[in-house]
Amino acid sequence: MSLDMFLQHCFNALTLGSLYALIAIGYTMVYGILRLINFAHGDILMVGAYFVFFGTFAFGWPWGIAAIMAIAGASLLGVVMERVAYRPLRDAPRISALISAIAVSFFIESLAVVVFTGQPRPVLQPEWLVSEWQVWGGVRILRLTAFVPAMTAVLVGILLYIVYRTKPGLAMRAISKDIETTRLLGVRVDNIIAFTFCIGSALAAASGIMWALRYPQVHPYMGIMPGLKAFIAAVFGGIGSIQGAVIGGVALGFVEIMTVAFMPELSGYRDAFAFVLLVLVLLFKPTGLLGERMEEKI
Amino acid sequence: MLEIRDLHVRYGGIQAVQGVSLSIARGSIVTLIGANGAGKSSIIRSIAGLNKTISGEIFFTRHEGEEPASLMGLKPEDMVRRGISLSPEGRRILPHLSVEENLYLGAYSRSDRDEIAADLEWVYSLFPRLRERSWQKGGTLSGGEQQMLAVGRALMSRPDLLMLDEPSLGLAPLLVREIFEIIRRINAEGKTVLLVEQNAFAALSVAHYAYILEVGRVVLEGSGRELLENPKVKEAYLGG
Repeated sequence: MSLDMFLQHCFNALTLGSLYALIAIGYTMVYGILRLINFAHGDILMVGAYFVFFGTFAFGWPWGIAAIMAIAGASLLGVVMERVAYRPLRDAPRISALISAIAVSFFIESLAVVVFTGQPRPVLQPEWLVSEWQVWGGVRILRLTAFVPAMTAVLVGILLYIVYRTKPGLAMRAISKDIETTRLLGVRVDNIIAFTFCIGSALAAASGIMWALRYPQVHPYMGIMPGLKAFIAAVFGGIGSIQGAVIGGVALGFVEIMTVAFMPELSGYRDAFAFVLLVLVLLFKPTGLLGERMEEKI
Repeated sequence: MLEIRDLHVRYGGIQAVQGVSLSIARGSIVTLIGANGAGKSSIIRSIAGLNKTISGEIFFTRHEGEEPASLMGLKPEDMVRRGISLSPEGRRILPHLSVEENLYLGAYSRSDRDEIAADLEWVYSLFPRLRERSWQKGGTLSGGEQQMLAVGRALMSRPDLLMLDEPSLGLAPLLVREIFEIIRRINAEGKTVLLVEQNAFAALSVAHYAYILEVGRVVLEGSGRELLENPKVKEAYLGG
């Protein structure tokens, strides 16, 4: 393999990894606070992508406006989901909330099939994102391939600022260790949890929107596979850790792209790599790369 | 300032508190004393809004001359906004946050930046050790320092009533003296204090008024000095 080819694969891996990372952050933040795997998280990604589809085609909005509206809409959906499906089960055994999460996932997917139909639909791709860009020499990529990691870096930067430099961020970090004490100190825990779902859903929607640019179509089940793999990325990085989710997401992107690049004969097993990785992590380092020891795991 | 009438608390299927009435005068230190399971913590947790299965009445008058307001049914996060703050049993320091972040979290309900900074200064002057360790993670502090942090954190909401649940638990005698000296100082600066303690001698020595609890009932009450002299108290709680 030539160096140019290799670099091109690196760019692709970074892009795919960024998309996984953005989704993984939502899993890890919700788990960190509620010890809940939000299985409906992947479906938020699908809804975000559909919102852009309707914004651009039905309302004729420019792509950028549609993307921002879609992120806002998906965040709202995340907040509603928490309010309706998880908050009433806050004090119930975790397995009840997990079942509720699976139900929400099926509900959103089925609703999408009814409302949007099961037909995959094409997506508007802004010209400036799908034009080719010559990085140097023979390394040529779509602008999109550079746009996704750059956008991800910006979003992760904003997120880290919120979590480590603002009051609600301080409350989030406190809740993740001790909800009761945090309430005693005057934190309105329900609001902070809703805010967490809002942020996680916004990032998932951002990922879904960019996903739909890279594989330019939307359909009601498009969130399942990316959702599952991002969950694996979150476990690999150490569930509960935001930095871990980013590292896990990017690492998973590289594993997938590079395995296929170097062993093209295995490309049919591409989706299986992620799950092999999950099994290996659970066997040898159940807490993931940056995770802390947790008493209960689902 | 605080009036409790006929409080009943169920906790884990047992009747932990069975009809307790007590009152806390403004500006005083009041202590609840009793053995493990006597119901002291249940009472203090009920005031803080942490117990849901309670009945009876709890009235709180934040400022002199105001109408007493019922605290029943309020959430714990509302209490600091009404001027009541609890330093919980076992300190409950957030181990992964720095000392300063723990303290700022105590002021979460407030938005008056300058006043918060002034209170942080005050807490640091009460506990100079915390200032030295302000950037250290809470979990790396010694037991005594964690207790100071828990008290300091509870003060950061600028409460009118400060509740301390077993502040001397697990501390060396010298540190116990230091903590009680500081409780006295906090009280002298105008805070009303409700103190739950197993260390009866230390608690009665600082308290203006005390209640002794046995299996969920008040069995004896009086001024701290009176109870220190009481032969029954001496025998049961002060080691003869």
